[in-house]
Parts: sequence; structure tokens; C-alpha cells
Amino acid sequence: MALLVYLEAEDSKLKKSAAELASYAAALANGDKVFGLTVNATDASDCGAYGVDEIHVLETAATALTAEQTAQLIAETAKEIGAKTVVIGSSADAKYFGALVAAQLEAAYIPNVVGLPETQDGASLYKRSVFTNKGFAYTKATTETVVIGLAKNAFGAQPNEKSVQVVSMTATLADTKVTSEGTEKASGKATIADADIVVSAGRGLKGPENWGMIEELAEVLGAATACSKPVSDMGWRPHGEHVGQTGKPVATNLYIAIGISGAIQHLAGINASKVKVVINNDPEAPFFKAADYGVVGDAFEVVPQLIEKLKNFKAQNA
Amino acid sequence: MKILVCISAVPDTTSKINFTANDTKFDTQGVQFVINPNDEFGLTRAIWFQEKQGAEVHTATVGTSSVEPIMRKALAIGADKGFRIDAAPSDGFFVATQLSSLIQREQYDLVICGRESIDYNGAMVPGLIAQHCGYAFINACVKLEIEGTQAKAVREIDGGNERLSSSLPLVIGAQKGLVEESDLKIPNMRGIMMARQKPIDVLSAEDVAARTTDIRFERPAVKSEVTLVKPTDLDTLIDLLHKEAKVL
Ligand SMILES: Cc1cc2nc3c(=O)[nH]c(=O)nc-3n(C[C@H](O)[C@H](O)[C@H](O)COP(=O)(O)OP(=O)(O)OC[C@H]3O[C@@H](n4cnc5c(N)ncnc54)[C@H](O)[C@@H]3O)c2cc1C
Ligand SMILES: Nc1ncnc2c1ncn2[C@@H]1O[C@H](COP(=O)(O)O)[C@@H](O)[C@H]1O
Repeated sequence: MALLVYLEAEDSKLKKSAAELASYAAALANGDKVFGLTVNATDASDCGAYGVDEIHVLETAATALTAEQTAQLIAETAKEIGAKTVVIGSSADAKYFGALVAAQLEAAYIPNVVGLPETQDGASLYKRSVFTNKGFAYTKATTETVVIGLAKNAFGAQPNEKSVQVVSMTATLADTKVTSEGTEKASGKATIADADIVVSAGRGLKGPENWGMIEELAEVLGAATACSKPVSDMGWRPHGEHVGQTGKPVATNLYIAIGISGAIQHLAGINASKVKVVINNDPEAPFFKAADYGVVGDAFEVVPQLIEKLKNFKAQNA
Repeated sequence: MKILVCISAVPDTTSKINFTANDTKFDTQGVQFVINPNDEFGLTRAIWFQEKQGAEVHTATVGTSSVEPIMRKALAIGADKGFRIDAAPSDGFFVATQLSSLIQREQYDLVICGRESIDYNGAMVPGLIAQHCGYAFINACVKLEIEGTQAKAVREIDGGNERLSSSLPLVIGAQKGLVEESDLKIPNMRGIMMARQKPIDVLSAEDVAARTTDIRFERPAVKSEVTLVKPTDLDTLIDLLHKEAKVL
């Protein structure tokens, strides 16, 4: 049975997440035909390297689609090709249109899925994170059609070269109840959602004037910057940087926490990250129990040295 | 303007999460339930519309009688009336369908949900309601102004913000930023006294089949011991991140 994976595009290119989503879809399809769908991408053939058999590239008159319009295109395509499984990601946009797609397909929606399903009595049980990473549920759908939201960095990209067939077509958009008036985005800066590395700092930094070294460290690493909740509550850093149970979730390869104590609400939100490094001057800070690597030391001494050493490392390994 | 705030009761953020009955149920023992944090931001914004623009604010929760204390808290914060739909919330689809019936009956202009509940993190109820009721929908909403029947909003996107506009009726998924943390409403004595007189209508649930079932649960794997590196030996840290962890 056919399977559909939606691959988000940005600036006419597939986003980085496409590789992981396509890999997951191919593994899930287990030999069945994998259809990809993307909107307004000039070159979408890359996804063939990760197991997509046929990619539909829709061209629309509008450049920025609303969630309603995206959902409509995904649902229409799924119906047209007879897909009973639709795979989407976990970006801010996916968390927006996901429920709309599920509603239009009268499908079950299983978000935050962290791996391939196991089979029990003929049904697929999808492992998904719940309680903001404090637990996992094995969930099955009771409907024939299911929308799977894959958690970021849960599966990884797995090359699987196929000769992908690219089908371009013009799509007609339905009317939308919500209109976009424009976006504000820091250009050229890594985002918490996309970055492989996140450098995060907390109240241990004493004040907003000390963030220069955090930004420099992030720049050396090509990382996004983040912060603990009190730091954004006090206005030291923008709200968009607040990570944790009530902020943004972080699932990067490397999370570096500087001057953050490791409160349960903070840890819940960043636990899905693969490798955690903590820099804190209190050896009793709870974060050390959740970390892979730790430095007990003063951030104001450790971070500048780390920046220098990383610069050297980068120069040698460039 | 008539506003409905949908509120889910979730374990307090400090809760340790355990499972029981052979890992098939969430263990509520010793767990304190609170208003879902995202819903708290939404409720405070609703009360702002009530105070400044004369809106009428109702709340709704799908749950058994055990959720009434948190519903009373929402009334003490300032909501005018609560609806409790009497059923265990089996999944997002079940919950959204119950709430949609109430919304269609009461004809709300604005429905405020949280972006997600911090228990099952479904992030689906507001979108399902919007689709079901044919309302406009804005998720991850960090600013909302309403004038007449027009709404202007800002939503968080990856790495920035998007400005949006729509007509009412509208469903939003609220989160921190919609109001500042320091502006969150907390109940005062007068509010608590007044809440006692306010109605909580109990409605019976419709017979709807859930679309997902959680078969069993699992706790995260226990973490191995941290590797400590001396602050004078950061080369070793870089080496470990490069060769052992392979993240540099
Ligand atoms: C409902 C609710 C939801 C919450 N949600 C979140 C959330 O989503 N995210 C979140 O982060 N928090 C959240 N919190 C807050 C959380 O409980 C903690 O208060 C918060 O995470 C602490 O932030 P912090 O680690 O930056 O500050 P602190 O706890 O004050 O820790 C500062 C740390 O810096 C260290 N330090 C001090 N000086 C130095 C130095 N010179 N060098 C190195 N280290 C130093 C200290 O040893 C200490 O460990 C929530 C709380 C509640 C009640
Ligand atoms: N049982 C419930 N009763 C009322 N509202 C709910 C319930 N469950 C979820 N919601 C609302 O839907 C939002 C998103 O929840 P969820 O889709 O479960 O992540 C919550 O923040 C609430 O506003």
C-alpha cells in the first residue's frame, strides 16, 4: 500500500529534515511505493537518495502557504494516491497543519513518534514520547488511515539510493480563513529547531550583558542559542529562546548547558538531545546527573577558553 | 464577544512520571494536577478581553469529577462559567469532538486552547476543533488583538514570528508570550469566594470512538554516569566530543 511523506521546503529547497523523513518513510513502507510531496521546491530530486520513489512537486501562485492550504494539499494528494499512512515532521509548521490533515482524512494522528512501529496482533504500535520526554507510550490507531508525526532526530538519515521520479504540477489553492501578513526571521542564524548543536545558558550567567561569549561559542560551533525559563522571563533573552517543558523542545545532537541548574522542567524539554554537556560551578547541580559530559568550573573562565580551543580545533579539522 | 477557554488538567511540572497496572496506566498516586501551563496563558488573555472589551468567558474541560478543583481555580481567576463534559479524555479526537459540540451549540466567537497539553503532548485538539467547526485556526499564538470581528495575531515559527489576520470565529493554540509570565493571573481571596457561586454545568459526553489507544507505557532508559573533565583540561573534552561522542 502506498505511503505519503510530506517534505517541507524553504527558499525553494527541501529542508534538511527531508532526509530523515524520507528515510523513515522508506523504512516504514517496507518495499511499498513511497510518494513524496513538496510545495514550491525547484529541485526536489535529492530525496531519491533516501528512498522516495516518486516525488510530487506542487507549484502554487502564492509563495507562503497557510497551514490550511498545506493541509488541503497533503490530504488531496493522500486521497489521490490512496495512501493510508501519511508521514509528516515536527517543525512548528507541522505541529500546525498536522491536526488539520488528520481531520480531513478522518485519520488517527500520532505525533512525537520516535521509531519504527512494532507489530502486535496485526496492529502497528508506534512508540511516541509523552509527558514531555518523561515517558513513552506505545500507541495504535483504530482507524485505517493514520498520520504519523516523526520527532526530530529520532530516526536519522539513512541513504537508500533510488531513481526518483519527479512529477511537477500546478496546484490550485482553496480559500484560506487566515491570511499571512509577513514574517520576521533572523537571517543566517541557526534555529533551535534545525541546528545540530544548541548552546544554552541560564541564570548562572548573572545578566544579559554576559551573553557575548555564549553567542561567540554558538558561532564557532554553528549552533543555535537557547536559554532557561527565568532568563527569558527576566527579559535577558527573547522568549523564542526559552527551552524546556513549557518552552521549546530541543532534540539536537549536542546540547551544551552553561550555568543552568537542571530543574526537572528544563531537563524534560531537552532530554531528547543525544549528547549533553554541562558547565556549572556547583558539582551538586542536578544537571550533572542528566549529562554525558561535565565540567565543574566557572563559566566565565571555562567558556572563553573553550572558544579558543574550539577555534583551533576547527582550524585543524577544516 | 463570547470566549471559550478549553482547559486540560495535567500533572504538575515537577511530577515524577510513573506507570502502573503492568505499565498500562499512568500512575496518578501522589501527583498534583494543575491547569495546563499553555492554557493558563490563554485564560489570562481571555480575562483581559473580559476586563477591557466586555467579553464573556466560559471554560470547558473534558474529565471526570476529579478535574473540578482546577475548574474552580479557573473560575477564581475570573472565568464566568464552566462546563465539564463528564468522561475520561481517551484521546485528542474524542476530546475535540466533545468540545466541538459544545462550541457549535454555544456559538463562541473565540476558542482558546493551549498549543499542547504537557501530559500526552498531542498538540491536536485546537486544530481538530477548528476543522470540525469550520473556524479559522492560529497555532502557537504569542499575540492576539481583536477588534470587532477581526483578529490580528502573531504566531511563533521556527526561528522567528509570523503576523496573521483572520475573521472570527477563531480557534487559537496559546502559549507563553501571549501574556508575560509576570502578568499571569492568580486567584485572590475575593476571586476564590466568588468562584464558589459560579456555575459548573456538567454535560454528558457523546458516544464517540477514540482514534488512538495507548497499549502500554515505558519510562526512559536510565542514564549512564557523567564523564567529568577538569576545567584545565578542555582539550580532553573536545577530543571526547570529537572521537567518542562524534558530535564535533
Ligand atoms: C510551571 C513551571 C514550568 C517551568 N518550565 C520551565 C522550562 O520550560 N524551562 C526551564 O528552563 N525552566 C522551567 N521552569 C523553571 C525551573 O523550575 C527552574 O527554576 C529553572 O530552570 C532554573 O533556571 P536556571 O537553571 O537558569 O537558574 P538556577 O536554578 O538559578 O541555576 C543557575 C545555575 O548556575 C550555576 N552557576 C552560578 N554561577 C555560575 C558560574 N559562574 N559558572 C557556572 N555556573 C554557575 C549555579 O550553580 C546554578 O546551578 C519551570 C517552572 C515552573 C514552576
Ligand atoms: N480534556 C480536555 N478538556 C478540555 N480541553 C482540553 C482537554 N485536553 C486538551 N484540551 C485542550 O487542547 C489543548 C491541546 O491539547 P492536546 O491536543 O492534548 O495537546 C490543551 O492545551 C487544552 O486547551
